[in-house]
Amino acid sequence: MPDYNLSHLDQLEAEAIFVLRETAAQFRKPALLFSGGKDSIVMAHLARKAFWPAKIPFPLVHVDTGHNFPETIAYRDAYVEKLGADLVVGSVQESIDKGRVVEEKGINASRNKLQTVTLLDTIEEHQFDACLGGGRRDEEKARAKERFFSHRDEFGQWDPKNQRPELWNLFNGRKHEGEHFRVFPLSNFTEMDVWLYIQREGIELPGLYFSHEREVFERNGSLLAVSEFVTVQPTEKIERKIVRFRTIGDATCTGAVESRASTLQDIIDEVAASRQTERGTRADDKRSETAMEDRKREGYF
Amino acid sequence: MDILRFTTAGSVDDGKSTLIGRLLYDSKSIFEDQLAAVEESSRRRGDAVVNLALLTDGLKAEREQGITIDVAYRYFATPRRKFIIADTPGHVQYTRNMVTGASTANLAIILVDARKGVIEQTKRHSFIADLLRIQHVVVAINKMDLVDYSEEVYNRIVDDYKAFASRLDNLVDITTIPISALNGDNVVEKSDAMPWYQGPSLLYHLETVYVGGEHNHVDARFPVQWVIRPLSNEFHDFRGYAGRVAGGVFKPGDEVTVLPSGFQTKVKEIHFDGRTLNEAFAPQSVALTLENEIDISRGDMIVKANNPPKVSQDIEAMVCWFSQTPMAERGKYILRHTTRETQAVVKDVRYLVDINTLHKQEGIQSLAMNDIGRIVLRTAVPLIHDSYRRNRTTGSFVLIHPGTNETVAGGMIL
Repeated sequence: MPDYNLSHLDQLEAEAIFVLRETAAQFRKPALLFSGGKDSIVMAHLARKAFWPAKIPFPLVHVDTGHNFPETIAYRDAYVEKLGADLVVGSVQESIDKGRVVEEKGINASRNKLQTVTLLDTIEEHQFDACLGGGRRDEEKARAKERFFSHRDEFGQWDPKNQRPELWNLFNGRKHEGEHFRVFPLSNFTEMDVWLYIQREGIELPGLYFSHEREVFERNGSLLAVSEFVTVQPTEKIERKIVRFRTIGDATCTGAVESRASTLQDIIDEVAASRQTERGTRADDKRSETAMEDRKREGYF
Repeated sequence: MDILRFTTAGSVDDGKSTLIGRLLYDSKSIFEDQLAAVEESSRRRGDAVVNLALLTDGLKAEREQGITIDVAYRYFATPRRKFIIADTPGHVQYTRNMVTGASTANLAIILVDARKGVIEQTKRHSFIADLLRIQHVVVAINKMDLVDYSEEVYNRIVDDYKAFASRLDNLVDITTIPISALNGDNVVEKSDAMPWYQGPSLLYHLETVYVGGEHNHVDARFPVQWVIRPLSNEFHDFRGYAGRVAGGVFKPGDEVTVLPSGFQTKVKEIHFDGRTLNEAFAPQSVALTLENEIDISRGDMIVKANNPPKVSQDIEAMVCWFSQTPMAERGKYILRHTTRETQAVVKDVRYLVDINTLHKQEGIQSLAMNDIGRIVLRTAVPLIHDSYRRNRTTGSFVLIHPGTNETVAGGMIL
């Protein structure tokens, strides 16, 4: 009998595609949350494969904090056009202008937390009943307990103590009016799997992930990029360094790492040797021991 | 490189967290910032040693109460394999978590404290591994350092376990390994402390155990998940049936039957992302096109004409009850099976299994949370199914409460 074994990347791909198709089938109006980061890029790539030769049967939704790196926005627009997908943008600036949220104060001010309100408003405005996210269980300890199909109540809240058991590959997406689901097709990918998959599939990424020279300064152990969105304090020293980003979020809270990794293979080697998690560069996770759980409970990604 | 999915079941004090911590740490899957965070939390809590359980117990309530509430998934890889651990709490009230973790596992690690030997909990875990048909079981006899690495103690526990396990039909591959998770004996490297033990280290066993035969590659089953109709100029007449192969092998030209309609046709092509494939097998996600235009929708199943599944409205199954609200007598639930949902009514409870003694209790009317029993169901439309024994995908289902939408039970068709 021939050997019917799938490689680990093929197994992960088959699982993610199954989840994406279940989402399209079980929900009236799903959406794919697209940040321009590598995980959401991989998710959109998988969505294209899942429904080929038809178009992706749901829009991509970007919650724009207004504090994105310009490279992220340029990449987003080009990628959406290449996919032929629809794009919905929820704007944190608009939420601020409308008085829905109040900008944080102080030097560590970030719009990271404000995104939750904009996200929930966007979900409500467009009546999305399932939002696909690129979250992975290996990322963070609260995410390790996340389901593929994760229920959110009418306030968008996650109740981690009262989750539905998820057995085999049977996903229960039933809900009441006003509730919605977050769906995580990449749950079983690790950071390394994502990089290996990007390499295998030849997926293009924003240049931010590769080493480049940039003006940075150190704050709370992170290297932050100098940009119009952060105020460098007189005591903080600006330096030009060769850096890259391991994750891409807001310019205000995403730290760079010093790196000369300029190709995917370099990055894979670097990830393999790394002794720090990728979210180690994220100031938003360092606010408290359960910062991720707290934000997720409120409706964060 | 392939994937091994395994569960670890055990309670707080049998060294499960230490074992997982060691596997993760020795495979360099714990990062410095994670370790620093755990050290900091342990210090704040006043723990005497670094509490590796804090790596897996991520929820606030778990950290406050020092218990594991839910299944946590952990990942590590060696050059040979990627591993997915479903880490489940082992207390009696958490049967549902063990069942959940076991449902996707190829292998179960059952931890036995060398000082205590085979206890009720060991039996409970083994019964669940057997029920969920996990093919490979590793009995890790832990804390060997506390019994002076005694071969005699080890042999006695192995004999006890084998005597018990002979009553469980499905446990075919049982491996016993003497370890000390704390000291690392026989976890990653073979230990010098137990020269009498000739077998592999735990990690070596996990890396090399054969899991290629997990999927059924005989009975061709394709539950239709989604119909792809591009309606574009280029693909005007394309009508693809998207799904994940649940069993067997499909090839272009294969004669197939579509259930429940019974229409027969042939597989025209197998599509995946702009390519056509020569074959598709479980668990691949692909799209099939067929020679004839037939009305097919989600929930239908495409099968090989010469090898049909069972089609019936009367189902007997073993179920594990998950909900705090017990099963209602003659209760109606929504049954989700493959890509189809239907209503089901509980006709009868045949018996409840005492999972500590394996005794069957008859004359029971209902099942409560964490109960496991055999029931009879009548469904509103026929289920296109196989026994769970033949196929884990087409033989499993969940029951959903129609009012609360809660998943109340998991079932395995007999």
